[in-house]
Amino acid sequence: MSHPENATEFLKDKAKSKWHDETLWFVRDKRDRISKTIPEWEELRSLASGIKDNVLANLDSYLEDFERNAQKNGIKVHWAKDGEEHNQIVLDILQKQNCTAIVKSKSILTEECHLNPYLEKNGIEVVDTDLGERIVQLLHQPPSHIVLPAIHLKKGEISQLFHEKLQTEKGNEDPAYLTHAARLHLREKFLKAKVALTGVNFGVAETGEFVVCTNEGNADMGVHLADVHIACMGIEKIIPRRKDLGVFLRLLARSATGQPVTNYNSHFRSPAPEKELHIILVDNGRTAQLAREKFKNSLKCIRCGACMNTCPIYRRSGGFSYGSTVPGPIGSILSPGLDMKKHSTLPFASTLCGSCSDVCPVKINIHEQLFEWRQEITKTHGELGKGLSMKLANGIFKSPLAYKISGNLMRAALKTLPNSLIYHPINAWGKSRDLPEAPKESFQQWYKKNRS
Amino acid sequence: MSSRENILAAIKGISLEPKSLPEIPDFGVPGEPVETFINSILGNKGEVLTKTEFESWLPKTKFSKIISLSSSFSEVSSRGLPKDPHELEDLELAILDGQFGVAENGAIWLEDANLGLRVLPFITEHLVIVLDRKNLVETMHQGYNRIGGAASGFGVFIAGPSKTADIEQSLVVGAHGAKSLRVVLV
Repeated sequence: MSHPENATEFLKDKAKSKWHDETLWFVRDKRDRISKTIPEWEELRSLASGIKDNVLANLDSYLEDFERNAQKNGIKVHWAKDGEEHNQIVLDILQKQNCTAIVKSKSILTEECHLNPYLEKNGIEVVDTDLGERIVQLLHQPPSHIVLPAIHLKKGEISQLFHEKLQTEKGNEDPAYLTHAARLHLREKFLKAKVALTGVNFGVAETGEFVVCTNEGNADMGVHLADVHIACMGIEKIIPRRKDLGVFLRLLARSATGQPVTNYNSHFRSPAPEKELHIILVDNGRTAQLAREKFKNSLKCIRCGACMNTCPIYRRSGGFSYGSTVPGPIGSILSPGLDMKKHSTLPFASTLCGSCSDVCPVKINIHEQLFEWRQEITKTHGELGKGLSMKLANGIFKSPLAYKISGNLMRAALKTLPNSLIYHPINAWGKSRDLPEAPKESFQQWYKKNRS
Repeated sequence: MSSRENILAAIKGISLEPKSLPEIPDFGVPGEPVETFINSILGNKGEVLTKTEFESWLPKTKFSKIISLSSSFSEVSSRGLPKDPHELEDLELAILDGQFGVAENGAIWLEDANLGLRVLPFITEHLVIVLDRKNLVETMHQGYNRIGGAASGFGVFIAGPSKTADIEQSLVVGAHGAKSLRVVLV
């Protein structure tokens, strides 16, 4: 299904979509407020962007440094060219341990590789332990946001779900009560798991360590109780030096949720005594993206989700409307690189307002890349363009006379068009929109009268 | 070719314009570090106590399962560290020494040597970190300068209690880790 079709589905529940819009705007506003308390905020963004530019220009040598240093510290390093190989490596480790159940903290990469269904098919029970991820997992849904996985759900729905799955009181919607029920349920899983899997926020080439950030403490509860820790990392998550973490940790949580830092920021350098620590470095289309000069900057992303919270389209159409693992503006420039045909409508799911680029902590030119992808897609799949109306507009903008006439016609039409024509079921544009009040004259006419 | 060689060869095959690695300036935080730090911890839903306040708080809690690895309060432990971390499941209180705190966000650095077992500050129901007020730095940059090349197998910045807002963005303290964080500034 295309983005517009999915978005239409989401917008059917008007009250919920309004709530979704306002809630994400609230998160965006928190990000704004906290960023204003750091005088060097813009300088930090430039630094982060510069560090990531350097990483992308030297990715091979940083990966080799990272591997060498991690191995020196007793970490087992694996490489996977794609999602399939990544999943196979995870399964091999689990089978060697005779492990049939794992706990997992948030990892967008494993979503991208479709690890959960693969492991389940092979008889492994996978328990997502981030509260939002556990909620969507129990509903057999993917996350709808990379930082706030269950942001598309209301507490009534979660209460009903927990009543069915975790035997909570029917109708008790108190978030504290529901969270406590999840705590008890997941604690049992933490205590039993022999293997724990996490994502990676940053891998440090200089030291071979990697950093995992959470607020709930679920990653740490899992890995420190288990015998084996598997960390899954996209190759672009490398940063050169330990001190670079200072820049990125200052930006990450402030951009993501408007808090000064995540409450737990764990640095894994070597396994605890008698334990195993594995890291899987995954390509899955990243080297191909690096080779695309216009789009390689998308690999600078640190997965904060700020571009989603600010995007007028994301806020009003929901994460599922994108049909891609990473939704929103950043997802719309990453996904076409993986499958251009499947994701051909995503770069058009934008007003090109540029707000995504303005809030991006690593200064990715997201809206410019959206525009570039539109051109690539139109070149490759001409039939997918916006069609007749755009061709018509093209003709009008080319001729000054046609422009003038159409302007006069439009001002007249806006006044006289019956509502039944504008708010007609076949006119998708009329949905959730009001037409502006038309001025009596064009700017040109006004200027002639008043200034000439 | 192995996937390792494939990936590295693919990257080496791309002609990439050189980009230099920027140096990080030494940013500071305006204001007085102790006050900034206290406000940061409060903002993260933790509490800050003096030594006297802590000493009067502890008996009132009636906790009987306590592990203290703090040099300032070693006598309050009710048990020692187990060999198997799973035995910490019913622990009510852990008291640990933090190495330093970061004023701008309340993050406190602890390493293996401070933790005993890595799961300790997460699995305990309540957490107390003892921190010398002389060991406060302004920003994360100074924090990492201070860590330098330290070679601990594990290190963590803890800035507050376990929390979540995954249900309708309502903040709930006490998700999976410690339900509270008290910082004793000595």
